[in-house]
Amino acid sequence: MAKKLESTFPNMVITLLAVASVAALSLGAVYNITKAPIEAAQKKKQEEAIRQVLPAFDRLVTSKAISARGTDSLSMFYAYQGDQLVGVAVNTYTNKGFSGLVRLMVGLLPDGTINNTAVLEHKETPGLGDKMQQSKSPWSIQFNGKNPSTSNIHVKKDGGEVDAITAATISSRAFVDAVLHAHETYTKKQGGQE
Amino acid sequence: MNNLQNFTKGLIKENPVLVLLLGLCPTLGVTTSAINGLGMGLATTFVLVMSNLVVSLIKNLIPDKVRIPSFIVIIASFVTIVELLMQAYLPALFEQLGLFIPLIVVNCIVLGRAEAFASKNNTLSSLLDGLGMGLGFAFALTLLGAVRELLGSGALFSIKLIPGDLMLVFVLAPGAFIALGYLIALSRKLNK
Repeated sequence: MAKKLESTFPNMVITLLAVASVAALSLGAVYNITKAPIEAAQKKKQEEAIRQVLPAFDRLVTSKAISARGTDSLSMFYAYQGDQLVGVAVNTYTNKGFSGLVRLMVGLLPDGTINNTAVLEHKETPGLGDKMQQSKSPWSIQFNGKNPSTSNIHVKKDGGEVDAITAATISSRAFVDAVLHAHETYTKKQGGQE
Repeated sequence: MNNLQNFTKGLIKENPVLVLLLGLCPTLGVTTSAINGLGMGLATTFVLVMSNLVVSLIKNLIPDKVRIPSFIVIIASFVTIVELLMQAYLPALFEQLGLFIPLIVVNCIVLGRAEAFASKNNTLSSLLDGLGMGLGFAFALTLLGAVRELLGSGALFSIKLIPGDLMLVFVLAPGAFIALGYLIALSRKLNK
């Protein structure tokens, strides 16, 4: 068996430098290979969510809008069938979830009525708050067809007309909050254009 | 110790989770379902095998005083590679495990095997040791995930067996401790 390299200063510097350089090179190579598939996977997921929340469309125009709540911006996707605007999907979020961030895709018809919603990202309690996902429970379907300008979209505990998820009122409030966030931002943007 | 023993000891006798009790953070965190446990276990296996392999190959080129930083850099590189590959080709699994994948770096099994085994043994035994330990880890995680999924949501590998919600506590963090405790007791009984 070959003798171990001694721990002299030059030996240590050279070894660490070599290990770090090889690591950096291989990471760079893997990053380059996986960059395109990662972007494609994320784009595909987003498109699936948009298709789920909007009526059929054949053209999508992406834009950004300043949030009605602050200075950051939300992504909006204007869906057209021919020249007719059929709906707008808003990538919205709230930080009021039981475990922080909840990100939704909310599909609005041009007049602001909610068409459908999809959960993009959440950390709510499994079995309780995660019922906001349509794959787990039909709870969020009650939002469809309601317009936040004319309906009182708040959970019943807060005086609104939304049935909260049993034992997950905070998650339900967060969902409502994210939906309203999308609607406010959409109406504000429409108002600015007219 | 022969090569077969190097491989099999990780599976049962020195199972990292059930006997050595190493790497409990990902064990308790991700095992809400059998498929999550399996995914995490296989990702860790890959990192363990690769880092054991590389460490045993270059063990004589690394001066003793800088061996730990070198090992950590090697391990962290493989973890990042796993993370990127998973994000690219298994986005659904990555979404479930996302937070825990970078934590493989600090999983004590990986550094522990590099330091205690791979830096003192030849390449073949190190490879087998990594594979055995990794598969033992994957086995324990899958088992724990299966128990929790079955008791908590009445399903196994996402296939619903019993309708409705069962004992939700098993899907939550306290259930992880309870289920792991019983599994360790069981494995002690069987190992005796």
